[in-house]
Amino acid sequence: MELKTPLYDLHEKSGGKIVPFAGYLLPVQYPTGIIAEHNAVRTAAGLFDVSHMGEIILEGEDALKNLQHLLSNDYLSLEIGFVRYSPMCNDNGGVVDDLIVYRKGEDLYYIVVNAANHEKDAAWIKSKLSGKVLFTDCSDDTAEIALQGPRAKDILKTLCDESLIPVKYYSFTDNVSVGGISCMVSRTGYTGEDGFELYCENNCAAELWEKLLEAGKPFGLIPCGLGSRDTLRLEAAMPLYGHEMTDEITPLETGLGRFVKLDKGDFIGRDALIAKGEPARTRIGLEILDRGIARGGEPVFLGEKQVGFITSGTMAPCLKKSIAMAIVDIAAASEDTALTVETRGKRLCAKAVKLPFYKRSK
Amino acid sequence: MSIPNDYFFTQTHEWVKFTDKGTALIGISDHAQEEMGDVAFVNLPDIGESFSAGDTLCDIESIKAVSDVYCPVSGNVVAVNDELADAPEKINKTPYDAWLVEIECAKDTAGLMDAAEYEAFLG
Repeated sequence: MELKTPLYDLHEKSGGKIVPFAGYLLPVQYPTGIIAEHNAVRTAAGLFDVSHMGEIILEGEDALKNLQHLLSNDYLSLEIGFVRYSPMCNDNGGVVDDLIVYRKGEDLYYIVVNAANHEKDAAWIKSKLSGKVLFTDCSDDTAEIALQGPRAKDILKTLCDESLIPVKYYSFTDNVSVGGISCMVSRTGYTGEDGFELYCENNCAAELWEKLLEAGKPFGLIPCGLGSRDTLRLEAAMPLYGHEMTDEITPLETGLGRFVKLDKGDFIGRDALIAKGEPARTRIGLEILDRGIARGGEPVFLGEKQVGFITSGTMAPCLKKSIAMAIVDIAAASEDTALTVETRGKRLCAKAVKLPFYKRSK
Repeated sequence: MSIPNDYFFTQTHEWVKFTDKGTALIGISDHAQEEMGDVAFVNLPDIGESFSAGDTLCDIESIKAVSDVYCPVSGNVVAVNDELADAPEKINKTPYDAWLVEIECAKDTAGLMDAAEYEAFLG
């Protein structure tokens, strides 16, 4: 039986098409449709219920030491008020999950993980902890709303003290009153646009959602579902666990090398990553030249030789092109390489292109 | 959206509109387009291809997934709606005007539902 987020009734009321996703019932789209929702985020703003995400707190004098052991990125230099992304590797260098870590206090870290991996991550982290550190899973009490798009800040500042809005990307402010609701406001997101992620207690989430929608109306804000969340992150080439990385695809193979600090000291998966050496495959972008959409799992060919597989694909609403990401052999990865994708018994012509497909102008 | 009362329907949500020139226009119902979401591509068959009722006629790719369209009648394709190549969103906007193919066939409604029956079928 799937769980409902605190916003479920509002999604139903506004005509959201509800689907099961990662153990939750969430809207895949509203009556506006995926393309309109996608374009709203690119040109104005969109509001997403991401309350399904998991939140875990590590606290104590050994919290940092444990993070350094669990995660491939380096948290030694993370200051209070800032956020840092990292893959979390298994012993073989594959990925357990990718996540973001907030440093909320001297020895207080707040970790946000994928809903689909939440249970697995909690068990994994708990099994690896050592020393003086307290583990708390607060996922069931926490709601998360993402306000994304070029007008996000204009909308937010109508509801809160502008001086409390985090200025830098990947920074946050705790205990901000947003329309009277206490939130952690984070300048982060998963759309390739400027925007915020707001965390609050479950019982305030519906009120926050409605206040944001009301405040955002003059700016073009509309509610958005999982469908546009996926097309937006794909255009921005942001990886999704289970697609661009898995327990068998290492962060180095999926182009996340800048989040793997092999020189920071030991961490889980480090030895395996070093032993594997330079990756033999990498993540590329594909532009599909024939009519059709390449879907995750489909094989990619260079001539008659299979050189990899599609990890995600879609019709990119902004670019009006069929795009995909794939993991392929290095030899097939250079820009403009002519490749084909086998989809439903036929071959689609494609060419390798640079990632990301879309980058916002600053 | 109201269901046109001179159209016939399949259980797999295709519609058939018989013309007075011994052909039928085929499309997908409003319910079908709503289930699919925004349509990105339509892969239509070639003129002259022959289909039996129940065959896969073509596929429609929405952003979410690809769906097969089944041929509700038997016969040869005499025309395809080329407009949909550049404007696949017509299937979402006006599903009962956005015909996919025209098939040469006699008017035979056996196994098809009329508008009232289809409405009841949708529940």
